[in-house]
Amino acid sequence: MTDTGQTNVLVLILATAVTAGTPILYAALGELLTERSGVINLGVEGMMLIGAVSGFMTAVVFKNPWAGVAAALLAGGAVALIHAFLTITLRTNQVVSGLALTIFGTGLSGYLGKSFIGLPLPVPFTSRPLGMLSEIPFFGPVFFNHDPLVYLTYLLVPALWVFIYKMRPGMHLRALGENPSAADSLGVKVFLSRYMYVVAGGMLAGVGGAYLSLAYAPSWLENMTAGRGWIAVALVIFALWNPLRAMVGAYIFGGIDALGLRLQVLGVMIPSFFLQMMPYIFTILVLVVVLGKNRSARTGSPGALGIPFDREER
Amino acid sequence: MKRFRGFLVLTIVFILAVALVTAGCGKKQEEKKEAGDSGKFKVAFMYVGPVGDGGYTYAHDQGRKYLEEKMPDVQATIVESVPDTNAADPERELTRLAEEGNKVIFATSFGYMDPTINVAKKYPNVVFMHCSGFKTAENVGTYFGRMYQARYLTGIVAGKTTKSNLIGYVGAYPIPEVVRGINAFTQGVRSVNPKAKVKVVWTNTWYDPAKEKEAGKTLLDAGCDVIAQHQDTPGPQQAAEEKGKFGIGYNSDMSKFAPKAVLTSAVWNWGPYYYNTVKAVREKTWKSDQYWGPMSDNIVGLAPFGPMVPEDVNKVVDEAKQKITSGQWDVFTGPIKDQSGAVKVPEGQKMSDKDMLSFDWFVEGVDGSIPKK
Repeated sequence: MTDTGQTNVLVLILATAVTAGTPILYAALGELLTERSGVINLGVEGMMLIGAVSGFMTAVVFKNPWAGVAAALLAGGAVALIHAFLTITLRTNQVVSGLALTIFGTGLSGYLGKSFIGLPLPVPFTSRPLGMLSEIPFFGPVFFNHDPLVYLTYLLVPALWVFIYKMRPGMHLRALGENPSAADSLGVKVFLSRYMYVVAGGMLAGVGGAYLSLAYAPSWLENMTAGRGWIAVALVIFALWNPLRAMVGAYIFGGIDALGLRLQVLGVMIPSFFLQMMPYIFTILVLVVVLGKNRSARTGSPGALGIPFDREER
Repeated sequence: MKRFRGFLVLTIVFILAVALVTAGCGKKQEEKKEAGDSGKFKVAFMYVGPVGDGGYTYAHDQGRKYLEEKMPDVQATIVESVPDTNAADPERELTRLAEEGNKVIFATSFGYMDPTINVAKKYPNVVFMHCSGFKTAENVGTYFGRMYQARYLTGIVAGKTTKSNLIGYVGAYPIPEVVRGINAFTQGVRSVNPKAKVKVVWTNTWYDPAKEKEAGKTLLDAGCDVIAQHQDTPGPQQAAEEKGKFGIGYNSDMSKFAPKAVLTSAVWNWGPYYYNTVKAVREKTWKSDQYWGPMSDNIVGLAPFGPMVPEDVNKVVDEAKQKITSGQWDVFTGPIKDQSGAVKVPEGQKMSDKDMLSFDWFVEGVDGSIPKK
């Protein structure tokens, strides 16, 4: 194979890594916000499926993919609201509620989407090269020859980073997850804020699911996320709750499958079981490295993660 | 306050549970009840997936509909999405179906094998039919179809269509059933186009639309211009559609998912078999049997060709079909060489069923490898 041939394969793998990583990235950004506020939501897979099915149904009916994205935002947020009510107001176990949400979302999405299986999407999201940017050698085809939902993450990720680390409400968000009592005494409305971030997390997970049904696969099939929600949960830990790292991680996680398939075509067989466990191995490695450097560091994990807040039990 | 909260939690959990049952498991209870049980002959179908999977379970349910149409005095109950990865779910459902007075019960997934044998022991007067397994009993029969014969014919269509002489094949798992299909397909391709090669990629999943589509894209990028598949979702066909290339579907007619790409699909056609089985049970001529149905029984076949398939392909396919259904020739009749060129099946000899059921090597013309366990 010639040199250009090899670059082409590399470009293809990396471009696929970006599109395959995007649904995971949306879901992970949502979970990141939720966890930053001190609530863990393991219902990502369920929220993604609800987002995928409601987005697809709406886009079919209105013949407009953006209507589908709006519906996915609403539906994902609505499902997350159940989790918020159960864990924030009723202070139930967050892990149990999240798992229930996944089972609920899987069943409900299958039920709702029944008559939409096999329908074509009238107007799916398609690749739109970004003018000059798409002509940059190597980077152009890798990053700037995708659909609008991919470009949206290029804005969303830095925006979230600035919000979390450089802005006042972002500081409050971090305080919520680290020490809600302190945040409370600063005048942060703990319950209301946590509700907001849990719902926002659900909305982003919904968009992540809708990316699969509106852009990546464009179609609806039961259980089409096939475990990507769980990868997103692992990705949040891999990223140490930092949106920029989440983006890099999403592309690594998304690129693993693409890499495996492309290598097969070139005649290189990597055992699939090995590839499938890579995201989790990476996550463990990151934790080991970070903890190895500084044992007292908490790896960026919010201190009050998973603990319900009760004003009277300080 | 505490007590109130506990009550509220219970209420919510209850509501969620009810929602779950109606949304998720509720489908399982969806039964086709005609007005009363007035003397109708009751049969039941247990499915591993939803009827709307667009693939495997959908094909079985089409067979159920055929049966009801042809025998209006039969009442067919269905149970959907019964997992086959544990024994408890299928045993419970099979027991329920037997208790409800069904006389024939079709269990349509490989994983139902042991549960079917177990429950059948307790209901000797009920006939249990297990799809794709190998265990039988006095009142348990097995059934499956020789899908490889249909795949051979789709190979002819692909071999006639390809311009790049490179055909992609998205495979689920490297198990004998899939390997056999790839080999039969390749034999079909090479019978009309000896220069063509079939490139195989494994996804290691039966059901992941996004990944299967990605596998299709990978093969297209590698220069393939027809994509065949042994997967339960139409992902690979959609990849071909997007690139303006062609594809060969599987399970049921996949043309509705990719109308411009799908040349044809290798399809299951369970209806006539279900009809004959129920008829035999009613006439008391049924006997336990291991049925691996050939294409001459119409249990496997081809979906209608897309408009892009030229007329003359029809003729070639029909001739090959004639040869197979007449029984004078089968797909794996020698000489058949493996990838290294060594003759595995000598000229004039037919491969035995046992060898076909344990296929672990590729024929000449396949570009790919079977991962070692």
